[in-house]
Amino acid sequence: MKNVWNNFKKNPLFLPIICMILVLLINLFKDPGFFSIGVKNGVLYGRLVDVLNRGSEIAILAIGQTLVVAVSAGTDISVGSVMALAACGGCVVLTGYGNTSVTSVIAPIGLGIFVGIIYGGICGCINGAMVAKLKVQPMVATLILYTAARAVGLLLCNNQISYIRYEPYKYLGNFFPGCPIPTPILVTILMIVLAQLILKKTSLGLYVQSVGINSRASKICGIDSEKICFICYVICGLCAGVAGMIASSRIYSADSNNIGLNYEMDSILAVALGGNSLAGGKFNMAGSIIGAYTIQAITTTLLAMGVSTDQAPVVKAIIVVAIVTIQAPVFRSWLEKRRTEKKLAKEAVV
Amino acid sequence: MAQEEHVLISMKNITKTFPGVVALDNAQLTLRKGEIHALMGENGAGKSTIIKCLTGVYERDSGEVHMEGVEGNIHCHSTMDAQNIGIATVYQEVNLCPNLSVAENLFIGREPRTKLGFIDWKSMNKKAQELMNRLKIEVDVSETLENYSIAVQQMIAIARAVDMDCKVLILDEPTSSLDDNEVEKLFGMMRKLKERGVGILFVTHFLEQVYQVCDRITVMRNGKFVGDYSVAELPRVKLVAAMLGKDFDDLAAIKQEGNAAEKNEILYSAKGLSHKGTIRPFNFEIHKGEVVGLAGLLGSGRSELVRCIYGVDSQSTGTATMEGRPIKIKAPIDAIKAGFGYLPDDRKADGCIAGLSVRENIIIALQARNGMFRKIPISKQNEIADTYIRMLSIKTASRETLLGQLSGGNQQKVILARWLATDPKFLILDEPTRGIDIGTKTEIQKLVLQFAAKGMSVVFISSEIEEMIRTCSRMLIMRDGEKVAELDSANMELTQENVMAAIAGGDSK
Repeated sequence: MKNVWNNFKKNPLFLPIICMILVLLINLFKDPGFFSIGVKNGVLYGRLVDVLNRGSEIAILAIGQTLVVAVSAGTDISVGSVMALAACGGCVVLTGYGNTSVTSVIAPIGLGIFVGIIYGGICGCINGAMVAKLKVQPMVATLILYTAARAVGLLLCNNQISYIRYEPYKYLGNFFPGCPIPTPILVTILMIVLAQLILKKTSLGLYVQSVGINSRASKICGIDSEKICFICYVICGLCAGVAGMIASSRIYSADSNNIGLNYEMDSILAVALGGNSLAGGKFNMAGSIIGAYTIQAITTTLLAMGVSTDQAPVVKAIIVVAIVTIQAPVFRSWLEKRRTEKKLAKEAVV
Repeated sequence: MAQEEHVLISMKNITKTFPGVVALDNAQLTLRKGEIHALMGENGAGKSTIIKCLTGVYERDSGEVHMEGVEGNIHCHSTMDAQNIGIATVYQEVNLCPNLSVAENLFIGREPRTKLGFIDWKSMNKKAQELMNRLKIEVDVSETLENYSIAVQQMIAIARAVDMDCKVLILDEPTSSLDDNEVEKLFGMMRKLKERGVGILFVTHFLEQVYQVCDRITVMRNGKFVGDYSVAELPRVKLVAAMLGKDFDDLAAIKQEGNAAEKNEILYSAKGLSHKGTIRPFNFEIHKGEVVGLAGLLGSGRSELVRCIYGVDSQSTGTATMEGRPIKIKAPIDAIKAGFGYLPDDRKADGCIAGLSVRENIIIALQARNGMFRKIPISKQNEIADTYIRMLSIKTASRETLLGQLSGGNQQKVILARWLATDPKFLILDEPTRGIDIGTKTEIQKLVLQFAAKGMSVVFISSEIEEMIRTCSRMLIMRDGEKVAELDSANMELTQENVMAAIAGGDSK
């Protein structure tokens, strides 16, 4: 048993998981009802389901963000805005230009979703080209779409919020008829499985880490560093596209001003909470995804406790500071030092 | 000795160790008043380390430093300390503020003040102009520094040092970015300072310049003091011999031990290949199973030549053939696919992927050749890694240990393993034995000969001539980006004397 514990302690996922459990434990004391899962109207409900459901977008974004951080030691701060653009781009295919509210769609739902994801991919291409080819600082390069993407989204929707009051459009962000599990959870699982498959079956993971650690040496080893960097940004854009379509389907509309607002920060935070270094190189996808759900768990917990949405960020910030401190190497070496000092003091007394 | 009185700085028994490396081993240095003193040695000889120990960038482990007019053993803890006792340093890269005016740069940190404590611009500009006039540097002191050439900036940096009343001026490779005219200007200034009694320590890689301007030479090798000579008593060839570690008189032709490969068919040949700015068009060919050495001092173009062949630096002109077929190499991956392997000389920057495991570092080139979608199964990866860990006796805790945690020599073996794993036909080794202990060195030399015997062609670059003579059957000598000689063991030309003479060039014969 002790062996298992020790092995677990060495696992890179140790701290992210512990942090997640800590957040959940708070709920156990405050409100045991947090963990109850019930069935209402044929679908699952409960706070835990809510965390998984609401955390989907951040988790999906975290997949792409992890790769971007690993390969370029920078962050893609445009993902939130790209979500909005993807949602608008997808919706406009379904509603037609200039229609603010429709009850039937002019194209298959699947096509709309597909187009939305492609918009995400195109944004990824733009970011990737700037960072990989033009060697622009990742934050500066993605700052352009951070500001521009929402505006382009508004342009596509003729400066209005387009509503799609058509039942099948809500499936993606809510429930498929007859399926008790919220669709976003299923999509997230699909995305995670897809990411794992790519990382397991191809050597992309190795290339990304290699380029992130030493791009010059990687190039000499025959890896096209620029191409790998580009691919990571495109994947990140596609993830933002998927997340944008889910967010849009939840509210069955394309609201360019509010979809994905501040999600870029949450996705970066997810990567950091997952124990990944923002300096690039080695990465741990599972950690990022756990980080994403930890963030959502904090948000849901606060709302459950009745903290007002205006004040929630304050508490959230305090919790995040605590988690990041626990994981910081400086803090850990300090703990280590204290422990040995105490030990020495004890021995001295004896 | 009468000269003793003029000694400005004497450093004795200086030892400095970094984790795992002895950078300075009982080194010494003596600088006299009014002399220009060259500090020579190949990379890793300890030139910069001894300078940094003097100027307070590093703290020495042991040893004594004495300076004229300063009591006792000096310990500088920072460059500021060194400046206060009159030791000024000008580095290769000008470390001034390019966006400030010349005058501001000259007086930064010690600006003349008015009574109210504001900067007295008038007197600052006046003083600056006087200083420039005195040193005969023609500049407008109110102009922004970046508007002047690097040479002028370099001289302004020196002027700043001079004005701070330095007794010792250290110039660390000041000429590497200057053209001939600018160098001449710089030398003129150095001679003027010399007349004023300043002791100048001059670090350079250019032999010519040493003979042009210096009075004495201190040669260092592998962190050790080799000798302190006057320029007159040390002709070029002897200087090269001292730098490379061969006592010239002891040199006897070393018998080749059957590594003169019979001429097989040509594996690779290049015609007129060049990379703009670093290497002039060159022809090169290598036969199957041949070991070709590339010799020359640092900056002679030996590394640049192989970088161009392998495609790290783009090929601006020329054509190449591999096994009779034309080959165009745009990026390293093209070279790898054609059966090339390249072990770069800068292990840290170009070779090691420190954050990846030994296994990943070994298989990465092979994986890149296979392509992203044909991932090598993990069991196969383990097998390859274990094979080479055993074959090259790499000392590592496990194959999953991070490369960064290995010692330099073992890192080098891992990178060698990376290329062996791709089973190359043409292997380029740039300084494979640098910074490696003697045992490993011989191991690597033996391996090179083994590969060649199996038909692999190898280009071998090393700063140690003896090592190359032992392993190579043919040697190309490079100087200033050009091939200046070719020595073949078949004609018994391949002797240390010949190689050194060719490297030194000039008046060596």
